[in-house]
Amino acid sequence: MAQNLDQSPDDDHGQPDDHSHGHDHSHRHDHDHDHGEFSELSDVELRVRALESLLTEKGFVDPATLDALVQYHEEKIGPRNGAQVVAKAWTDPEYKAWLLSDDASAAIASVGFEGGQGEDMVVIENTDVVHNMVVCTLCSCYPWPVLGLPPVWYKSAPYRSRAVSEPRSVLAEFGTKVGDAVDVRVWDSTAELRYLVLPQRPAGTEGWSLEQLAEIVTRNSMIGTEIVAAP
Amino acid sequence: MNGAHDMGGVHGFGPVVQEENEPNFHADWEAKAFALQMSASGGRWNIDMSRFARENSPPADYLARSYYDMWAYGLEKLIVESGMVTPDELAAARDGAHFEPVQTPTFGPEKVGRAMRAGGSARVEVDVAPLFAAGQSVRASIDAPLTHTRCPQYVRGRIGVVDRDHGVFTFPDTHAHGGGPKPQHVYAVRFEATELWGSASQGGAVYVDLWDDYLELA
Repeated sequence: MAQNLDQSPDDDHGQPDDHSHGHDHSHRHDHDHDHGEFSELSDVELRVRALESLLTEKGFVDPATLDALVQYHEEKIGPRNGAQVVAKAWTDPEYKAWLLSDDASAAIASVGFEGGQGEDMVVIENTDVVHNMVVCTLCSCYPWPVLGLPPVWYKSAPYRSRAVSEPRSVLAEFGTKVGDAVDVRVWDSTAELRYLVLPQRPAGTEGWSLEQLAEIVTRNSMIGTEIVAAP
Repeated sequence: MNGAHDMGGVHGFGPVVQEENEPNFHADWEAKAFALQMSASGGRWNIDMSRFARENSPPADYLARSYYDMWAYGLEKLIVESGMVTPDELAAARDGAHFEPVQTPTFGPEKVGRAMRAGGSARVEVDVAPLFAAGQSVRASIDAPLTHTRCPQYVRGRIGVVDRDHGVFTFPDTHAHGGGPKPQHVYAVRFEATELWGSASQGGAVYVDLWDDYLELA
């Protein structure tokens, strides 16, 4: 099926986006020629419009598929998925052991989350003596089924460059303090493994339901740039 | 290749800045660029070719483009290199030209959910013997190929310890250039921060996923 998707969930790619989201790149294109009917568009808008018309008109891409892809990634994936996995691991020791085994993808799929950019999952546990955080220095690899599409900061040059060389400084910028004796482990997603951090369950949540627990699990705690705060 | 994409340890980019309540896409064109890249290949290229299309660019250009601008840039290269369109057609499209169909789309909207949930693992189900085992000391290759590689510069020539064997995966260095999957083991290798950054180390360690071909016993 979908031969198109053979490797094409093309993840990642990375882009430094410290001057974020670039809505307006007009400072970079002082074209003086006329773009006809698209003359009001920025350079990148024009280029993407051109790609869309070229690929859809020639029949390489179905326009309705574009909408379906955006809808899927807006609605079906996101950090609330990962939070459910974490909450279950906090309350079910057998599930936690499965999640931390080399069978993490199956453990996550059992809760309903699987797919592109999460085919081969690894879950790493934060403890009193180990703090894990995840980066992709080469592009923007990120576990889509459990965390959704990555935020701009994760794909940005500052994070990609500094997470590996000065992780404690980066953590401080997130307001995260890690004790001097803690082994800070930074996982660089250079291959097709996708990493999810299992954060520590905060004190004061004894007896909480799965739903209550999932509610306090933040996206950043599952990347490892934050810890889950006690209630 | 030693491109601007290989950012680990580079100085000068400033603080990490978060955005509150960030949307997935900051403009319609970003969503379009994303969806086009996700749907256009039809098996003509693979993910390693896509990565190389983006990283194989002038460093100043790579750094100046926003994230989804870079996706569009890579897609422009891929559709020309794969023969789907000509450079002239791409230029004409920017000037508002229209085109006749050359095929019927094969990836319809009804296939999206199933395809996304299925994904496409790079794991290869073949019996390849591992060259290394957990606990062994290994040195990362000093090779600096002009072609695609996933061995970042900051570990090249450095010694680490194999933490775990992830199993057998496609090898991106060949797969990005039509050289086939060359399946081999991938390991998480632990490099002590002091081994990587010397006196600038903040302690701890960096774990990097590396293929057999990048490693030798140390």
